[in-house]
This record gives sequence, C-alpha cells and structure tokens, in this order.
Amino acid sequence: MIDFINLYLVPGLAIGSVYALGAVGISMIFGILRFAHFAHGDLMTIGGYGVLTAVWFIPVNPLLLLPFGIALAIVSALLVDQFFYKPLRKLPTIYTVIASFGVALIFRSVAQLFWSSGNQVFTSGVRMPMVLFDTFRISELHMQVIILTVIIAIALHFFLTRSKLGRAMRAVSDEPELAAVAGLDTERVVRWTWVIGASLAATAGVFAGMDTSMHPNLGWNLLLAMFAAAVLGGIGKPMGAIAGGFIIGIAEETVTYTWFSDEAFISPSYKSAVAFFIMVALLLFRPQGLFKGRLL
Amino acid sequence: MEMTGLFFYLVSVLIAGGIYAVLCLALNVQWGMGGLFNAGIAGFFAVGAYASAIVTTAASDKHLGGFGLPIPLGLAAAMIVAGVTGWVVAKICVRLKSDYLAMASVGIAEILRLVIVNESWLTNGSLGISGVPRPFADLVQGRSADLVYLAVVWFCVLLVYILCQRLYVSPWGRTLRAIRDNEDSARAAGKDVDWFRLQTFVIGCALMGLAGGLSAHYFKFLSPSATEPLLVTFLVWVMLMAGGSGNNRGAIVGALAIWFIWSATEIFTSRLPPEWITRSSYIRMLLVGLLLQFVLQKFRSGLMPEKSPKIRSD
Repeated sequence: MIDFINLYLVPGLAIGSVYALGAVGISMIFGILRFAHFAHGDLMTIGGYGVLTAVWFIPVNPLLLLPFGIALAIVSALLVDQFFYKPLRKLPTIYTVIASFGVALIFRSVAQLFWSSGNQVFTSGVRMPMVLFDTFRISELHMQVIILTVIIAIALHFFLTRSKLGRAMRAVSDEPELAAVAGLDTERVVRWTWVIGASLAATAGVFAGMDTSMHPNLGWNLLLAMFAAAVLGGIGKPMGAIAGGFIIGIAEETVTYTWFSDEAFISPSYKSAVAFFIMVALLLFRPQGLFKGRLL
Repeated sequence: MEMTGLFFYLVSVLIAGGIYAVLCLALNVQWGMGGLFNAGIAGFFAVGAYASAIVTTAASDKHLGGFGLPIPLGLAAAMIVAGVTGWVVAKICVRLKSDYLAMASVGIAEILRLVIVNESWLTNGSLGISGVPRPFADLVQGRSADLVYLAVVWFCVLLVYILCQRLYVSPWGRTLRAIRDNEDSARAAGKDVDWFRLQTFVIGCALMGLAGGLSAHYFKFLSPSATEPLLVTFLVWVMLMAGGSGNNRGAIVGALAIWFIWSATEIFTSRLPPEWITRSSYIRMLLVGLLLQFVLQKFRSGLMPEKSPKIRSD
C-alpha cells in the first residue's frame, strides 16, 4: 500500500499536474478560439528552454526562474497568434488547426537549432526524497510541483469567477455572438487567453523538464495526454481540464501497478496509450466531458 | 560515371516522389474531397509497410509470418489493414468536429508506433524486418532494378490517380464536395453525412497503407526508426496544400515539387562543413514549417486550384 502511494500515486499526481496546467490552455483556446491547438506541447518546450537558459546564467533553483520561461512562452504565443493564426481567423477553424500543426514543427526546429537536440538537465546530482512519518518517501520536486499546481488552480478559479476579465473570457467561451453584442473586446480576450495559456504551458514545461530532462520532443510527447485531459474535463471548462489532467496522470501511473497479479496490470511501455483510450471512451459515450463542457 | 550516378540519384528521388504522390492523393481524398483532417498519416503508412512486409517475406522466427505470398497480395493486405485501422478511428470521431478526428488520428499513430516498437513477436521490435522482396527481382539485378521499381511505383500512382479521379467526378464525389462545402444543406438533401465521411476516411487510409507497402518493397528493410513520423505527415500536408487540395493532378504535382525541393536542399546542405550539417536539417524543417504558413495564408488554392466538373443539365 505504501509502495502504491510512493511509487504510483504521487508520481501520478506530479505528471497529472503537468497535464493539468497544459490542458487548461488547450481547453481555453478550444473554448474561445474554437480550435485544437496542436502547438501547445511545443509551447511548453519553448518555455522550458527559456528557464534552462536562465539557469545557465543564474544558478539557482529553476522554479525561481520560471518568469523567464513564462515571458518567452508568452512572447512566442502572441507572435505566432499575430502572424500565423490571426490571418486565418475568418476561415473555417480547421485551417488554424493545420497552421498550429505547422507551428509545432517550427517551435521544435527552433528548439533543436538553438538548444541542440540532445537531453539536457536543469540541475545535476541526485536529490534524496523527503521522508514523512517514516513511511512516505516523496521527492521534493514532486511535492513542489503538486503544491504549486494546486495554488495555480485556486488562483485561476478566483480569476475566472471574480475578475471582470475572467468573466469576459467565460462569456466569450460560452456565447461568442452575445459577448460581442454586449460590447466585449474579443481581441483583448483572445490576447489574455494566450497570455494565461502560455504562462501555464511554460510552467508545465519546466515541471516536466525538471522531472526528467529537457529535449525538443518533450512537449509533443505530452500533447495527446493533454488533449485527453481537456476533453475529459469538458472543452471550455478550465477547472474541468485541471481535474482531467490529474485523472489522466493518476490513471497512467496506476495502471502499471500490480493490481491483479504479480505483474504490472498494463506494461509500462504502453503507459501513454492509456490517455488515448480514455479519450476514445469519452468521445464514444460522453463527448461533452465529465463537467458538461460544450460539444463543438 | 558522374552522369550515371546523378541519373540513379534522380531515379531514387522519383521513386520516393511517387510514394509521396500516392500519400498525397490519399490525403486529397480525405482532406481535399472530404474536408477531414488526418494528422496520423505516418501511422497508417507504417501499418501498411509492416502488413505488406509480413505477408510477403519468407518464413522467419523473428517476427510473425512471413508468409511468402506474392507482392500484390502483400499490397492488398497493406490496404486492408490500414483501412480497417482508419475505420475504427473514423467510426468514433466522424460525427464530431473535425478537430477531434485530428486529435484521435495523432493518438492512433502513437499507439501504432508503440505496438510496432514493443510487440517484437509481431514486428521484431526495433531490430526490424529484413529481406522484404521486390517485384520482378529475378528479372534484373543491380542498379537497373531501381528502374523497374520506378515503373512499378508510377504504375501504382497512375492506378491510384485514375481511381481518385473517378471518385472525384462520380456522384459520390459530388456528394462529398457538397458535404465539405455545406454540411447542413447536404444533410437536408437527405445525404447520410457521417456514412460518406467514414467511407472517405477509410479509402484515404487504405491508400496510405498502399504507399507504406510500396516503400517497404523499395527499401527491403523496415524498422521503427526508419522515418521520423511527424516529418512524413507534415511533408504530405505541405505537398497537398502547395499542389492544390481538391485537385488530384495538383496533389501529384505538389508531391513532386516539394519532394524535389526537399531533396535538392539535401544535396546542397550535404556539402556544408560537418558541424553545420545537423543544424541545417533543422533549418530545413523550420523553412518547411514557414512554407506551410505562407501557403495557408497567401496561396491557399495551390499550384493547380480545384476545378469542379461542370454539371450537365440535360
């Protein structure tokens, strides 16, 4: 049981935090701009490399340097939106999906060009896990990641329900025509969607890169799970996406537990297929997601 | 010597270009005619390659089969397996917004990759399948065998082109264009939109499987690391967009044009100093990404824009 918590549940929560933060952006962009953003994973990669570069110059805990990664991701997202997505906004959204697919490749080749295609680590050396009550052995990083994600989720919740901008975002997501008629500045809402989506993506990218290592495919490999999390939570429901991220993360890690016999229930090499099957099951039986998102 | 070397280089470019042309025609059925987004082209391609290889290789204890059957049967198997895979994906997603199909096609490509890498009883894992036969292998040996294969590939391109062209001008194709351009009115006219889309997706995937089979018989060896999946998928999209989506001839022209540019830049960059060679491949990818953005914004109808056939009103 202790092994289950230490080796499966907590890592599941940690990777779930990464999915959650990425899925929020995907869900908001899908809700407000109405397209599946295929470059979101690679936006995470860019944010991660931003922090990696900052660590080379200022050798402190990478989490303290998050603002550098966030800034780089925001600038990249806004530039890409301005030059590649905005000109296509009048067309059917599927053209923007294709464009974002291309942007994913652009981000990735930029990462390979400037930061090499190999694995790079933020800080070298072995970090000992913390031992709580003599039984729980949790790595310090996992602890920080989970706590930070919960704080971000709470802040996001208050932002979306209390602030004027947050309410405007939900209005555009729920009823774009009505929101426009009511005089909401749609372009401003779009801009802030990118700012929030990119910030959370960069944060998630740094978490993922610190947990393993930075490499140019880091974000792309996480994309499928984040899509699944966004669909699970219901498109256009940021809080649902956070819950979805945690569910997918825990599901991925715990299916490899020795549930029914001495062998792993599902071989760890098929871990990343779990998210896909959850997504397929949802699309078949409950395409609006667990939290009644919109079905586009 | 220099000239013959160049000649056979051109032959190899044309063979690969022909395989890309089949992929591009397949994507044109899905996207150009049906408006369906497929981001997992490489997955269906790989499935076709493995299916054809397993069916046609001589018996081996390293992977499933080989059954040593004739190559046309191998290609047929490639089309069937890829088509069935496509049917499963489309069945689930076709009634939803096309973005969901895009996500699911990325997912299925990833699952297929995992299966190919992990199930070594089936595919011999990362060691790959060797000894995939080539058609007419006993007729000609050596380098001129490539010439024979060039003819085989382009014969397939021709067959696929005729098929796609027949589909395009048929009432079936007309219904598809109606659905693509105005789904609601097609539905109001009594067309079963989901059923037509499902058929479109399956036909496209089967043709992608055929392309996979053709590449397996060309390289005679298959392994999971042979291609970078995202790059293949991406190149096919750029080819179709640049050539003119909706136009079968445009698909072939686009495939050849982009493939020539891609290969020509490879000749150029291979002459660079070694420390620049790896870098330049990223620059090439970056430029292809930018090319797609340019085509999407300024050049959407492509080199050969779609021309719908006239409707006779007699």
